[in-house]
Amino acid sequence: MKIVKIKEDNCIFCHLCEVACVVEHSQSKDIIKAFKREERPIARCTVEFNYPISLSVMCRHCDDAPCIEACQNGSMHRDERGYVVVNEETCVGCWMCIMACPYGVIKRDTRREVWGLSTKCDACPERDIPACVDACPNEALIYEEL
Amino acid sequence: MKWMKNLKTYVPPSFVVERDDYRCIRCKACVEQCSFDATFYDEDEDRVWNWDANCVGCDRCAAICPTEAITVRRADPTYRYNHNWNGHIDSIKKRAIFGGTPVVSMGNDRPYPIYWDHMLLNASQVTNPSIDPLREPMELKTFLGRKPDSLDISDDALKTKLAPQLELEIPIMFAAMSYGALSYNVIEALGRAAKEMGTYYNSGEGGLNKDHYKFKGNIIVQVASGRFGVHKDYLDVGSAIEIKIGQGAKPGIGGHLPGEKVSETISETRMMPQGSDALSPAPHHDVYSIEDLRQLIYALKEATEYKKPVAVKIACVHNVAAISSGIARAGADIIVLDGFKGGTGASPQVIRDNIGLPLEVSLAVVDERLRQEGIRQYVSIVASGGIRNSMDVVKAIALGADAVYIGTAALIAIGCTMCQQCHTGKCAWGISTQDPHLSKRVNPDISSKRLINLLEVWALEIKETMGAMGINSIESLRGNRLNLRGVGLNEKELEILGILPAGE
Ligand code: SF4
Ligand code: SF4
Ligand code: SF4
Ligand code: SF4
Repeated sequence: MKIVKIKEDNCIFCHLCEVACVVEHSQSKDIIKAFKREERPIARCTVEFNYPISLSVMCRHCDDAPCIEACQNGSMHRDERGYVVVNEETCVGCWMCIMACPYGVIKRDTRREVWGLSTKCDACPERDIPACVDACPNEALIYEEL
Repeated sequence: MKWMKNLKTYVPPSFVVERDDYRCIRCKACVEQCSFDATFYDEDEDRVWNWDANCVGCDRCAAICPTEAITVRRADPTYRYNHNWNGHIDSIKKRAIFGGTPVVSMGNDRPYPIYWDHMLLNASQVTNPSIDPLREPMELKTFLGRKPDSLDISDDALKTKLAPQLELEIPIMFAAMSYGALSYNVIEALGRAAKEMGTYYNSGEGGLNKDHYKFKGNIIVQVASGRFGVHKDYLDVGSAIEIKIGQGAKPGIGGHLPGEKVSETISETRMMPQGSDALSPAPHHDVYSIEDLRQLIYALKEATEYKKPVAVKIACVHNVAAISSGIARAGADIIVLDGFKGGTGASPQVIRDNIGLPLEVSLAVVDERLRQEGIRQYVSIVASGGIRNSMDVVKAIALGADAVYIGTAALIAIGCTMCQQCHTGKCAWGISTQDPHLSKRVNPDISSKRLINLLEVWALEIKETMGAMGINSIESLRGNRLNLRGVGLNEKELEILGILPAGE
């Protein structure tokens, strides 16, 4: 299984991985519409910065994923590709997965009417190469076999 | 707005940054990437703004913007048109307001003639066949160093003892650019590309980081007037040693690495205190004559057991031919001629823009002079300073060069936009900076590939043109001025360049 590897030596703190992630998870997949017209999806990666270090962090799709373990109703699960993903229909926003994740890469989307939605990297199911990897101008993210 | 303009320090901005606000998605990539404090985000207004006065026109923001919202334009001068004065009004104002002489970087940017563009190459038609480089072997291999007066080949063996030579797969090397002027990652990329392409990069005058000793076999080490980082191990790592007497961008003055760029690792490599300006003296204080130069050349040869060629690099100045003759007689194996368009990491503007000679002219007169004196075989000539493309290389070789150095062209290959801010240490492209955050912008994996691509493409272009001329070895092009014709040059210029006018 391939995952997004993070090369912090090359990250230039441009945030374009976050931008690409937002666009990929938008309805239109159009950068301007995604940011200006639609309800903007939450970026699944976050670029951390502590001069001079910067790096983009997103789900590591752990073998022994603590978030899957912690989820009370099986919403957090492993899909047929092997990636750890959330079932949006059943997630109730209890944030147990967030408590359990050692990397802090699951985010809260509180914009749904009743339940919150736990939001995380899904390794771009509709793409061959994840959007963040494609967008990174400095090859700080690479998509490779583990 | 973060700033307020003040008439007291006002000089009109050189650039205007235009942002299409509809396209701008406020991702702030441009804000982060601008290292010159010219772009900022206003949270209350939710807008990205520019302070044009700070913009240096490096184009980093426009390059990174994912929606192509940014256009950086040169500001149109607003003063009344005056051919004599327009370019000088701001430079007078800057000196008057801020005091001090402006320091600039990169090469001379004034509109002096470019002789390369006044020379055309020949091609074979009917009477002699051209050669297809994709079908037939083409030789670009070049050896730099002293050649014997004659060869003694007896009993099927070469009896003449040859002087040490540098072997180049392509006649293009990376010019001296120091670690200090350039970031660690750029040196890493240059080293990798030189190794891959079978050529050399020059350490410049800043010594060599221990990590880069791995490029042994592809490094020329420089000894300049400041002697920064020069010691036994350093000399041993080099395949050749270059004594830097002068530099095309600043003939007659020494090196200057501003203190902002003397980081901890630079200070270690250069063997000098952190944060202080690295100033190398204008002359070598042990070289005041050709005889002194000979002593330095032989001291270095002695220190390296006569195993390495020693090069002497000079800036092209008025008596370049006579000086080169002296250098050849002083025992140098290679002469590097650095034309007035050569780049620099920092030079006073007046020096950069007004001193020196064109490389084309210097090359022609030096080659001619050494031939006349019967000592051309003593030295190889490396042409440096303002080589912009593969055809400049071909023309330089036809004028008499054995090989060329490229500096600026190599930096452009890895991102440089020639904004001339190298001396500030804030290079937004991560090239000429020691800021550990900015220098990450050069990824050696990407940059070395780009440099290799550039050299491979140039090599192919050189072979194509040689093929067109019916030449299959770069040796046959060397000094072959019959393959050059001048256009738009006066008789004296043609005579000095040693070429015929078009039509003759
Ligand atoms: S796109 Fe690449 S370089 Fe830019 S912030 Fe993300 S990981 Fe870092
Ligand atoms: S990079 Fe482009 S889209 Fe992003 S904030 Fe700057 S102008 Fe706007
Ligand atoms: S990144 Fe360069 S071109 Fe853009 S505003 Fe800053 S200085 Fe000007
Ligand atoms: S190296 Fe950097 S600072 Fe120097 S001219 Fe190029 S882009 Fe500008």
